[in-house]
Amino acid sequence: MNFIDLETHLKSIRKSGRPILVPYITGGITNDWMHLVEELAHLGADAIEIGIPFSDPMIDGPVIQEASNLALQRGATTESILLELAQLNLEIPLVAMTYYNLVLRADPTRFANWCHEGGVSGTIIPDLPPEEMRPLETALDKESIVNVLLIAPSTTDERLKFIAGKSKGFLYTIGVMGTTGERTDLAESATILAKRAKQVTDLPVLVGIGISNEIQAQEVTKVADGVVIGSAFMRRILEDQSGKSALKFFSSLRSAL
Amino acid sequence: MPVMGEPDAFGKFGDFGGRFVPESLIFACQELEDGFRKAWADRAFHDEFEEILSSFGGRPTPITYCARLSLKLGVNIYLKREDLAHTGSHKINNVIGQALLAKRMGKHNLIAETGAGQHGVASATAAALMGMKCKVYMGAVDIGRQALNVFRMRLLGAEVISVESGAKTLKDAVNDAMRAWVSEVETTHYCLGSVMGPHPYPWMVREFQSIIGKEASLQWEKLVGKSSPDYVVACVGGGSNAAGTFAGFAEATSTLIGVEAAGGAALSFGIKGVVHGMASSILQDEYGQINEAHSISAGLDYPGVGPEHAYLAQINRAKYVSANDSEVLMAFKILSQLEGIIPALESAHGIAWVINAAKTGEIEPGSNVLVTLSGRGDKDVAQVSELLGGFSGAGPGLEEVDF
Repeated sequence: MNFIDLETHLKSIRKSGRPILVPYITGGITNDWMHLVEELAHLGADAIEIGIPFSDPMIDGPVIQEASNLALQRGATTESILLELAQLNLEIPLVAMTYYNLVLRADPTRFANWCHEGGVSGTIIPDLPPEEMRPLETALDKESIVNVLLIAPSTTDERLKFIAGKSKGFLYTIGVMGTTGERTDLAESATILAKRAKQVTDLPVLVGIGISNEIQAQEVTKVADGVVIGSAFMRRILEDQSGKSALKFFSSLRSAL
Repeated sequence: MPVMGEPDAFGKFGDFGGRFVPESLIFACQELEDGFRKAWADRAFHDEFEEILSSFGGRPTPITYCARLSLKLGVNIYLKREDLAHTGSHKINNVIGQALLAKRMGKHNLIAETGAGQHGVASATAAALMGMKCKVYMGAVDIGRQALNVFRMRLLGAEVISVESGAKTLKDAVNDAMRAWVSEVETTHYCLGSVMGPHPYPWMVREFQSIIGKEASLQWEKLVGKSSPDYVVACVGGGSNAAGTFAGFAEATSTLIGVEAAGGAALSFGIKGVVHGMASSILQDEYGQINEAHSISAGLDYPGVGPEHAYLAQINRAKYVSANDSEVLMAFKILSQLEGIIPALESAHGIAWVINAAKTGEIEPGSNVLVTLSGRGDKDVAQVSELLGGFSGAGPGLEEVDF
């Protein structure tokens, strides 16, 4: 599939004045998960985050944990997911999200190769701090793939500048101190952090973790450039494996943004 | 530079350790590191720590010479008796240190993970002593296996939270404790139970546990003499009692031996990876998914190992071996019958290796061997009785051991 530059693509959407909407799907979650990825693209996703399941996902709440276990039981591996993606031909960038042990086990160079094969434009490795990312970054650089870094409400001002300076593609803003999962109310911390981030970077600022519905997405994108929707989408896939209700939910999010 | 010194600026011991946590926990780890550095440089903190370990924790624990076992094996075996510390294991050293530190940092809630329940009981104990709230994360499977310790924790006022994620055992309890810590970090200290996890835990927990090795080293000189033990032996799950023991002998000529459970031998069969915030040697499959560890002792059922042990193995300062379940069961009986000490199954791993190594001649006759007996075996008696044919009567396994 075509290689798409993540940062250029997201910035062009921002320039058009539309909030960026990025759904997350666990790779290998159902037999036809690739079909769901295609549908998301048709329904207006601006990029898609593909989760590669890990047995011990530290920052994930119950929904993504369950999805990860299901995908692993179905035999999903880092290689199988990334190489399946190679069959797609999408006009939007894909971002692979996983934990560092899977990268190390594959070896960063091989992992970067697989990402390249799968047409992935960027990676998100939440347990890999910028201080430790050189081996991965070196391998990704050779394939022109970028590594997206995360900031959290507890990140100090000084560190926020440091991370924003090192992140590429966009800046992933963890909206709430907690694990991935839906919340009844939009945490105030999400908009405060997005505001802080916007002051120090020109990278697109996307808020993830804890964004559960249209109203919250609208609220947070008053400040942030976009949102990542994970658990709210995946819960619906777990409840209805056809993915119909998940896609319907995504459509209404897209209409709201 | 000391062999067991401070980790580097990234929290590494050689290639191992570090701080591989989500950004949400970076500040908490940094804050904890700062708090620990300040406290550990403060004489008043040491005084308070040592005073509580003495008046409440039962320290110093003695060294016991095993006369009958030594005679049988032809090597001189000495035990550092952490089984005599309050709550029945070395775990109390670490929790008193961390609870004091948490208070100093203005955090009045503790969370902890536990496998067999020993660290959970110790954490609940420290919380009761200091008037803190305590929540213990324990795998649902382990809760089923360790009913007595679950009750002890509740009796001590702690809340035991059943972990239903993953395999529902220790590694999942660590995951859930870390997840909980992220959302409660402002008011809560995560009281990690071993020399593992993100920096500064492996270093900090080793420092709190180093009281074992420092005490033992001084006691050894009085009891045996100037020359260090030929062998210093301790069991290794995450590796806190071993790290604390080795810290007292790393600069000496002693051969340091860590004994893992054969079914959880991360240093023998593991591959370098990252889990629970640290780079270390980890039991994992070809895809990088973490394997479950299995052994007779729940306390050693951990798929990783403290990063400093991975480092000590890499530089050949310590040697890591393993003992299997039947060797351990035999050692459990031997120590009970020859020395009148019922060891924890975890600690019996160290004894099992010494018995084997003395018999094969790996340990030369006449050698002086110091083994840290990390805990007492009361908690394991029900399990062992089942394995040996039940409580009633002298089951088939209870005849006098002959070896």
